[in-house]
Amino acid sequence: MKKKKITVAVSGLNNTDNPGPGIPVIRGIRESKEFDVRIIGLAYENLEPGIYLHDIVDKTYQIPYPSAGTDPLIQRIEYIHSVEKIDVIIPNFDAELYSFMRSSDVLKEMKIHTFLPTMEQFEERHKSNLPAFGKKYGITVPFSRPIFGENEIFGLTADFTYPLLVKGKYYDAYVAYNPEQVRMYFNKIASKWGLPIIIQEFIHGTEVNVIALGDGKGNTIGAVPMRKQYITDKGKAWGGITLDDENMLELTRKIIGQTKWRGGMEFELIKTISNDLFLIEINPRIPAWVYLAVGAGQNLPEALIKLALGMEVKPYESYQVGKLFIRFSMDMIVELEEFEKLSTFGEL
Amino acid sequence: MKIKKNIAVSETGFVFDPTTGDSYSLNPIGAEIMTLMKEGKELPDIQKFVLDKYDVDKATFEKSYLDFMNMIRQFHLTEE
Repeated sequence: MKKKKITVAVSGLNNTDNPGPGIPVIRGIRESKEFDVRIIGLAYENLEPGIYLHDIVDKTYQIPYPSAGTDPLIQRIEYIHSVEKIDVIIPNFDAELYSFMRSSDVLKEMKIHTFLPTMEQFEERHKSNLPAFGKKYGITVPFSRPIFGENEIFGLTADFTYPLLVKGKYYDAYVAYNPEQVRMYFNKIASKWGLPIIIQEFIHGTEVNVIALGDGKGNTIGAVPMRKQYITDKGKAWGGITLDDENMLELTRKIIGQTKWRGGMEFELIKTISNDLFLIEINPRIPAWVYLAVGAGQNLPEALIKLALGMEVKPYESYQVGKLFIRFSMDMIVELEEFEKLSTFGEL
Repeated sequence: MKIKKNIAVSETGFVFDPTTGDSYSLNPIGAEIMTLMKEGKELPDIQKFVLDKYDVDKATFEKSYLDFMNMIRQFHLTEE
């Protein structure tokens, strides 16, 4: 079968100890039997390793930070599109999704396809909205509530017992054992990600995750459950294994069916000793461990591109259980000229 | 006591629980006992197999067998 030639722009090239999903997404796309892809990297910082992985990323352009607003981003995308003729964009950061979702019509006019959640889907699964989300869809979630100031910390004992979790709106989560630790984490997270800070009940159990792809009509195109086996000090999976857990898959199908989720997503769950599942977070994009799903038989990045291009996609019905991923780090040697080119011209 | 249906036991004694992702390594006798349990064999058959094959008295076997059963129950590898 002749492969269809397409150009895909991907962000999240920060393949560090807190990795973005860009590189594993690209690896999945490159393994596609249907697409012959040219990959355009979209980078925020000039030391994102993916920029210099030339066998994975064909060309990289720097783009403005989400904090710069939607207009500068779209102007930059317009320029990149005028050179590269992008078919599909896959944004991989929570923080940039808002701009891309807001601009999906503009991008569509430019004939750039995306496959992103709707604004309503994106908003209702926010950490600060999780209790309402659980109530609306009949999902068990830990008790949580947002706080906006240090003065609320000492009153937390009315609703919580220690330990409890202190979480940022987008990223970061810490277990706190006393009010002093809550205050420390509150300031640490607030200075980085802003307010509110989410205080969440601590559920004892094993953290398990599901990667999934919804077609926007209520169908689950693919889903693979995983348990982290090796966790970094940033709480990121450095190794993991696919699980055979029908309850996790059923929960996934239930949420996607009810929300009609559109796009990639990740569920973070706690499985208690009595096998009850608590939903602790929904990430509205493909997670960095997506290549495990590809290795286990579900090429979700490829399926997402097909959905974005309006092609028919048959749901995956199985995956290999007991498949592991183990990350590794390796030094790249980069010529100063390359670094200079990206830093000066914003492209490489 | 029965081993959960989805528990995988390899010839080398590697045990994998696909629901939790946990894995364990057994010594050769442990692997033989686990394989017999997977085949649905109960204590009398397993006892006969071990006493016939190995130089061990009944009391020593029973003590070790009970220890082993407690261990695999603790790891949630059994169906109660």
